[in-house]
Amino acid sequence: MTAPAIKATNLTRRFGDFVAVDAITLTVARGEVFGFLGANGAGKTTAIRMLIGLLAPSAGEATVAGADVRTDPAGVRRRIGYMSQRFSLYDDLTVRENVELYGTIYGLTRVEIRTRMDELLARIGLTESRDTLVRQLPLGWKQELALMVALLHRPEVVFLDEPTGGVDPITRRRFWELIYATAAEGTTVLVTTHYLDEAEYCDRLSIMVDGRIAAMGTPAEVRSQVGVATLDEVFLTLTRAAVAP
Amino acid sequence: MSSAEPAIVVHDVHLARGTTRAVDGVSFTVPRGERFGVIGPDGAGKTTLFRMLTTLLVPDRGTAHVLGHDVAGAPWAVRPQLGYMPGRFALYPDLSVAENLAFYADVFDTTVEAGMARIAPIWSQLAPFTARRAGALSGGMKQKLALCCALVHRPTLLVLDEPTTGVDAVSRREFWDLLDTLRGDDLTIIVSTPYMDEASRCDRVALMQAGRFLAVDTPAAISAGFPLPLFALRAADRIGMLATLRAFPHAVGAWPFGETVHYTDARTGLAPDAVLAELRAWAGSRGIADLEGEAITAGIEDVFIHELAERERAA
Repeated sequence: MTAPAIKATNLTRRFGDFVAVDAITLTVARGEVFGFLGANGAGKTTAIRMLIGLLAPSAGEATVAGADVRTDPAGVRRRIGYMSQRFSLYDDLTVRENVELYGTIYGLTRVEIRTRMDELLARIGLTESRDTLVRQLPLGWKQELALMVALLHRPEVVFLDEPTGGVDPITRRRFWELIYATAAEGTTVLVTTHYLDEAEYCDRLSIMVDGRIAAMGTPAEVRSQVGVATLDEVFLTLTRAAVAP
Repeated sequence: MSSAEPAIVVHDVHLARGTTRAVDGVSFTVPRGERFGVIGPDGAGKTTLFRMLTTLLVPDRGTAHVLGHDVAGAPWAVRPQLGYMPGRFALYPDLSVAENLAFYADVFDTTVEAGMARIAPIWSQLAPFTARRAGALSGGMKQKLALCCALVHRPTLLVLDEPTTGVDAVSRREFWDLLDTLRGDDLTIIVSTPYMDEASRCDRVALMQAGRFLAVDTPAAISAGFPLPLFALRAADRIGMLATLRAFPHAVGAWPFGETVHYTDARTGLAPDAVLAELRAWAGSRGIADLEGEAITAGIEDVFIHELAERERAA
């Protein structure tokens, strides 16, 4: 059996007296699409920042793509891709310039960048638009391009933070088809979303409440653990009790 | 001004932003007391439309009357009667909760006391935190404060631009519950959102994409207007099922919806069971033996997807 893509044990982060992430334990297998859900302020972002090697844990352990987030955060960052809804691409650069810039940052050679760019732009139908400024692309294309850029260096794990926020319902679904294609190639995907119908598309998911993981499993397992019919109700049941100012 | 007069009358409005036709020929009327939703993705033109309704932008073409006044000709007659909550709302983070509210009351030349009846149900939830700096509130509480600040001068029309964007499902539901406490003939609410599931919280909605309205009606009428038979289908291999359904000769669309796939058939007038039997046989011949499902009524998201796909096909 191969090592898991993500393994966290009692991972904890405190800010002063506040425990943002409270001893979470989870394992994500290679090639899995894992939904990382929770209400605003539940601790998802802090947990992700630890998993991508940007924030040191206060306690506990985690390895991502075989690298230890505590002792080898730079190793983690080399092996992962990250896409956030808020920041990913440079609006004032063209599609090609963005790809070249990130390729260089990831340490790819010029030939590698060109080969990979052809392949990834073809996958999202952007080959003809490679000299277009990113600013001029529709939001849906920007987000698809941001995912391709995050995959440029063939990372073992890719973290997607609300990748489908604000896009129309067709674009949202096309983006998920790209996620499936990515996972089918063996890349592990950890994704956050506020759309609970999207949580159903995950192989497994977890729901964070007040810094802890309140439920975890396949969508069907999580529904039966909580004893309700839909993930929408699961989410409401678990987080409503915890709502505080 | 008669109260029978609609709160909003927009006729064929066009508005360019740079080279984009942000609002491209929109007409609609909102009667007084209605809660009207504008539903569409980022970039559909919702914010531009709302800035025009709040008199901050003037239409390039067409006319808009808000509370009986032309937004282009008489903005100062409109503004005192408006409560506006922009997407990124403007609270003063260094002022306390109470100071923020007093400031907004002052700007509109009124007092917190005069507005208290209007905001009481929301303000009561903020009461324990009145001395806290606004910047130190949680997201949900900030939103409640912003709503109080938009309402303290007792506006006739409340304009809410994407109040729930980026907010989790529980907080979204609470925000709509909060709007329910404001129900009454004396307040009209127009609200925009990218979340299709929020349509059911409105009296009527407009579906907006690329500067145009795809449909305007009650949520029930929009759902009922879905023109073709729709089915919710399940199979263990969801990806395989999707491709198989799209290849079916009578398929109009097949899209993932949570744990099911919603499939639209091109043929009207057939018994749903007959279509299901055909689909099971088709899927079975292509290695998907466990297809099952039932005919369903369309939701707003089904309608939106269908309209978008039709327009893409036509283009």
